[in-house]
Amino acid sequence: MSSLTNLSEETFDEEVGSSDLPLVVDFWAEWCGPCRMVAPVLEALAEENAGKLRIAKLNVDDAPNIARRFEVMSIPTLIVFKDGVAKKRLVGAKGKSQLLQELAEFI
Amino acid sequence: MTDVRDVLIIGSGPAGLTAAIYTARANLRPLVLEGEPSSTSDQPGGQLMLTTEVENYPGFVDGIQGPDLMAAFRGQAARFGTEFLTVKATSVDFSSRPFGVWVDDEEYRARTVIVSTGARSKMLGLESERRFMGRGLSTCATCDGFFFSDQPIAVVGGGDSAMEEALFLTRFAEKVTVIHRRDTLRASKIMQERAQKNDKIEFLWDSVPVELEGDGRLDGIRVRNVKSGEESRLDISGLFVAIGHVPNTAILAGHLDMDEAGYIRTHDGAKTSVEGVFACGDVQDHVYRQAITAAGSGCMAAIDAERWLESVGTD
Repeated sequence: MSSLTNLSEETFDEEVGSSDLPLVVDFWAEWCGPCRMVAPVLEALAEENAGKLRIAKLNVDDAPNIARRFEVMSIPTLIVFKDGVAKKRLVGAKGKSQLLQELAEFI
Repeated sequence: MTDVRDVLIIGSGPAGLTAAIYTARANLRPLVLEGEPSSTSDQPGGQLMLTTEVENYPGFVDGIQGPDLMAAFRGQAARFGTEFLTVKATSVDFSSRPFGVWVDDEEYRARTVIVSTGARSKMLGLESERRFMGRGLSTCATCDGFFFSDQPIAVVGGGDSAMEEALFLTRFAEKVTVIHRRDTLRASKIMQERAQKNDKIEFLWDSVPVELEGDGRLDGIRVRNVKSGEESRLDISGLFVAIGHVPNTAILAGHLDMDEAGYIRTHDGAKTSVEGVFACGDVQDHVYRQAITAAGSGCMAAIDAERWLESVGTD
C-alpha cells in the first residue's frame, strides 16, 4: 500500500493551504497504467526527501471537481504547491532522475 | 569490477517478462532493465500499460485489464528470482564478450543479452504537437479519456488500435471523429463492425491533420483532404493519435542488423546478427504485434539464450 497521504475533495484545500513544506499533488486514477508505474517512484522520492518536500495523492475519480478546478486533462499530472499556490505542473509519467531534476528547485 | 550476469534483458513488455520467467526458472538469474515511467508506450510493462480490456489473451475467459496482465507477468518473473531495475538503457556494446549495456555511466555486463525494447506509437510529426501535449493532445486514451466527458474529440488512424481507442473514448465523449488518410480501414473485421455500429463514431475519410489550433488548450484542428487538397477545420477539444508504431531501437543502431524501418532482423528463432544477443517481441515484429506472439517469442529467446550459454560453457 502507498505510504503517501490520500487527499479528498474535503481535505484538499486544508492540506494544501497548511503545508509548511512544498507539497506535490499527484493527480491519478486506478485505470491509468502510467500512474501505476510512477507511484513507486513518487513514494521513493517522498521518503528520500522527507523534511524538504511532501508528496500526496489525489484520485481524480473521487475528486473530479478538484481536477477540473486545476484544469487537469491528462494523468498523471503533478502540481507543486508552495504556500498554497500552484507553482509548477508536470504532465505525464517520468523517471526518477527526470522528476528529481524537475523538482530540484523545491528541494 | 562489474559483475557479469548470465542474462540481461532490456525491456519489460510481454516479450521481455516471458524471457525473464523462463531464464529465471532455468536458474540464470536474469537482470531486467525495465525502462522508465512515461506516458507513452515506451515504459515498464510496455504498450499494454496504455490499454484497458485485453480480450484475446488466452486463459482469461472474461478478459483482463492490460496493466493487470503486465503486473501478473512481472510478479511471476519476480517469483523465480528475476532482478528488476527501473532504468532505461542508454547505450550498448556488443563487439566483445561479455556484452556491455550502459545506463548513463552505469555499466552492466552479461554473457547473453535479450533485446525486447518493443515499439512505441508514432506521433503526427507536427510542430504544434509539443505545445498541446497534455492540453488536448494525448498519447494515452485510457489515461485521458475521462477528461473529455461530453466533448467532441477525434482519433487519427485506421487500424485496430485506432478503433479500440475510438470505441473506448465513446464512453466519455459526445462524439468521436475517426480521421483516416484512406477511404477504407485497415482494422480487423470485428473492430470495424463495432466502430461502424457505434452511434457516437463518425468517419472522416481521405484526411490528415495538418495543424493543431487553440489558445492554451486545443479547440480544433485543420484537416486536409488528401484527394482534393481542400482544408477544413474540425472543432474538437481532444485529439488521440493511433497511426502506427516505430521500434525502440535508437541505441541499437550499428550494433545489430535491422531492416529499413529499424526493426531488428532475427533468424533461426530469436537469434540476431550478433551471436549471444537475442531479440523478441515488437522490436523484431511489425507483422503480428500481439501480446501472445510477443510472449511466445520471449520464450523462444530465453530457450535460445539458455542453449547458447550451454554451448559456449561458462568462462
